Amino acid sequence: MNLRSWVLAAGLTALATAGLADGHGGKVKVGMITTLSGGGAGLGIDVRDGFMLAAKMAGNENLEVVIEDDQRKPEIAVQLADKMIQSEKVDIMTGIIWSNLAMAVVPAATAQGKFYISPNAGPSALAGKGCHPLYFNVAWQNDNLHEAAGAYANDAGYKNSFILAPNYPAGQDALTGYKRMYGGALAGEVYTKLGQTDYAAEIAQIRASGADSVFFFLPGGMGISFLKQYAGSGVDLPVVGPAFSFDQGILQAVGDAALGVKNTSQWNKDLDTPANAAFVQAFQAEYGRLPSLYASQGYDAANLILSAMAEADVSDADAFRAALAAAKFDSVRGDFRFGPNQHPIQDYYVREVIKEGDVFTNKIISASLTDHADAYAAECSY
Amino acid sequence: MSMLLLIEQVLNGLQFGVMLFLMAAGLTLIFGVMGLINLAHGSLYMVGAFAAAAVAGATGSFVLALIASLIAAAAAGALVELVVIRRLYDRDHLDQVLATFALILIFSEGTRWLFGSFPLFLDIPAALSGPVTLPGGIQYPAYRLLIIAVGLLIAFGLFQLIARTRIGIQIRAGESDREMIAALGVDISRLYTIVFALGAALAGLAGALVGAIQSVQVGMGEPVLILAFVVIVIGGIGSIRGALVGALLVGLTDTLGGVLLPGLFATFMEPSAATAVGSSLASMSIYILMAGVLLFRPTGLYGTT
Amino acid sequence: MTREALINLFLFLLLPVTAGAAWLLEEPFIITLTTKVAILALAGVGLNIALGLGGLVSLGHAAFFGIGGYAMGILAAHAQSFDPLMEVTFLIEGTKSMPVIWLVAVIAGALAALAIGALSLRTSGVYFIMITLAFGQMLYYFAISWPAYGGEDGLSIYVRNGFPGLNTLDPIQFFSLAFGVLALVLWFAGRLAAAPFGLALSAARQNAERVETVGMSPYRLRLLAFVISGAITALAGALFADLNRFVSPTMLSWQMSGEIMIFVILGGVGRLYGPVAGAALFILLEHILGGLSDFWHVYLGILLLLVVLFARGGMIGSLAGRAVAHD
Repeated sequence: MNLRSWVLAAGLTALATAGLADGHGGKVKVGMITTLSGGGAGLGIDVRDGFMLAAKMAGNENLEVVIEDDQRKPEIAVQLADKMIQSEKVDIMTGIIWSNLAMAVVPAATAQGKFYISPNAGPSALAGKGCHPLYFNVAWQNDNLHEAAGAYANDAGYKNSFILAPNYPAGQDALTGYKRMYGGALAGEVYTKLGQTDYAAEIAQIRASGADSVFFFLPGGMGISFLKQYAGSGVDLPVVGPAFSFDQGILQAVGDAALGVKNTSQWNKDLDTPANAAFVQAFQAEYGRLPSLYASQGYDAANLILSAMAEADVSDADAFRAALAAAKFDSVRGDFRFGPNQHPIQDYYVREVIKEGDVFTNKIISASLTDHADAYAAECSY
Repeated sequence: MSMLLLIEQVLNGLQFGVMLFLMAAGLTLIFGVMGLINLAHGSLYMVGAFAAAAVAGATGSFVLALIASLIAAAAAGALVELVVIRRLYDRDHLDQVLATFALILIFSEGTRWLFGSFPLFLDIPAALSGPVTLPGGIQYPAYRLLIIAVGLLIAFGLFQLIARTRIGIQIRAGESDREMIAALGVDISRLYTIVFALGAALAGLAGALVGAIQSVQVGMGEPVLILAFVVIVIGGIGSIRGALVGALLVGLTDTLGGVLLPGLFATFMEPSAATAVGSSLASMSIYILMAGVLLFRPTGLYGTT
Repeated sequence: MTREALINLFLFLLLPVTAGAAWLLEEPFIITLTTKVAILALAGVGLNIALGLGGLVSLGHAAFFGIGGYAMGILAAHAQSFDPLMEVTFLIEGTKSMPVIWLVAVIAGALAALAIGALSLRTSGVYFIMITLAFGQMLYYFAISWPAYGGEDGLSIYVRNGFPGLNTLDPIQFFSLAFGVLALVLWFAGRLAAAPFGLALSAARQNAERVETVGMSPYRLRLLAFVISGAITALAGALFADLNRFVSPTMLSWQMSGEIMIFVILGGVGRLYGPVAGAALFILLEHILGGLSDFWHVYLGILLLLVVLFARGGMIGSLAGRAVAHD
């Protein structure tokens, strides 16, 4: 036997044994890769806490969860995915916050026969041509919240919006999503540098543009900077944006600058459903803080998996997939079902930032889109 | 583009440049006097912002917050100098880069350990929160005008300090001949600690001033650090005047590049492609500026060989 | 055999032995990690030619690493979608063949290094560090904002590229491939250091005037070293992208430059096997410390600081004594 055929034979044996080791007899092993350290760790921590809360409340001993920190680096996420699949032999993967990390991990994971349940990122590539029978998104397609903002702009009678987002794929999707629903004219369309912290130049353009409203998508620290600077600039046009810049985790850092701003979301803590009330109360009791959008999505992801476990054994992939697609769980958002590309069909709301005592939070003021599906479903075929 | 808008954007570039100067001044002094590359300078900027946010949260006073940022950053700077940095003066640049890169890791994760993963709140005082109307009808945020004023004042003070005071003479002497001033009986290690703490305090102040209009979070220092390096390389390492000129050049290039380039490309391209190309080029513009300067003046505008 | 030669032999055998043991124990993830060590070590070997041999402190080597990665990503993405790369006067197609991708990566890395080096080497000292950093940042921002190849999202390749006669999706076979490349490049770098060119380059690092007086141009020596260094780092980038089946602008970020430099320093600057030791230690730490605490970067920072302050010459330097083998 020469070296090459030896290595080849060795490799085949390894693959064969790896194949046999699957199947846990009713047990389900979930691998969660999320961001727990470095910038943006707050989002991952919320998804994890929401997910683990649901697991704890269900008390299902057949659910095992392995959690790893991707440090928001795609290379690390890919390696963790390899680890989850090769050594941990998980059945289902979940947890990724950022679209670019999802694009790095999800296609490889589903290609290797693992389920992936996205609790946050919903890149258009995975909703349309790149959709996969094993990929489910339990949060939203990336464009959805921006579409809801565009629909709200019509309802509010805005005719001339100034829109801005960072110059990267999710930013381009955001402006596309807004324009898809918004019917008025554009006073300006600006792409800013990713990670930019000073928006004086853009605010000056807004002031000079003659716009009647501003739409922006600037996640994380970028949104905090923009809102504070906008509030200090004396420009007082109404602002609307997706929920990301107004979420529980960062609202306290924005402070008064965010008060009264309208933002769009598929969830809020005051949504009047029994499941939501139970979730909000349990989350506060467990962690001592108000739940965020991300926590609600983590919680729903866990409950979706638990509902499928009650119906089918994960080793029977077709049955388990059908059970996931049925989405027979009590979503904290109320009505929830999957479309043909296994992305949500759900309602979107307009929220307003308010102050409750010392804490900044949101309240729902109206519905924006009902039973809304994403725009890419038609491109998806399995 | 109207004249008013252009003037406003120039003011924005000026404000950005002045902020960069506060960072770059410390870096360039530390390099000029001690011959040290300090990648951890951005961490001191972050320390200042976090100290200001903590004190403002506890007392509600913005002035106290600014003072806290100066003290905390200077103290952190002096501590780091005594424990780590002074062992690096005789090393080559490679060791300095590595050791201060290690300090960034320690500072960043240490801060997250202490303050958690979410951004902190720091806001500007109510009295400065609105815009003021300048002659010619330009509306401009009062706070940003204040930043410009404070920055220029500090620049003036720094020039005076170096030109006229005893410590300034020692600093200048240290830049030109380190062995000689030690031989003349100046306590060189004390001088080094003072210079390092001074540089750190300026970075901390910049962090607090900027933190109030941006977000106070872990990792906020590194993007600014890279820009500050670009500034001192353009200006000539070790030169305070170079740092000021470089900072204003970078501030104006970055701000005006972002505003003007997409419009420029739109004159001969279709709008969405022009936005994409223009924004890409704008985000690279200061690095192109830096490469250009170094090609014609390999030691920067005011550098000496 | 000197003590350093013994250590080198140990390090050389460490990777295949670890991978082999992991294969016997059916721990494919350990094989993947070992492959990562081999590839990162390769990037370090590339940087070490500029850094150790030439004394050129480049804080922009992520540029070449990323160029290699994008060479793989772009070629494979076009092959994946059957969409030709260019139709100028003749047709250029994408490819899923590793040897072709490697060749393209090496050429692209060398050309980029030639351009960046020709400009940067006009400066020296801190200015050189900073101008290489600036070129790295330029490419980084370009990659983020250029939409054609995924921008910040990067490019995913669903199936690893092929190598004639091997199943590259099998961890142990891909490891063998990466390790083979590393062994070849180590041999090449060893020969280079001992060759007249390597000796002249070392001399130029220690005393440029003296080299000039014997009629050689330090600028050209350094430029050639920088080009070789960039080409090898680009090759490592192509392999790294294939390991992950993914490439994104983070491969171009200045933190990546810093990490490649850490491999070299942890192991020992100018030591042929320094990057192997450094990369192995780094990955080991990442997994041991990362498992202990979310805040493991603090410990990594402290360790790095201690190495720089007290263990000059890195791991190999501490174990083998002060003399640098290259001189």
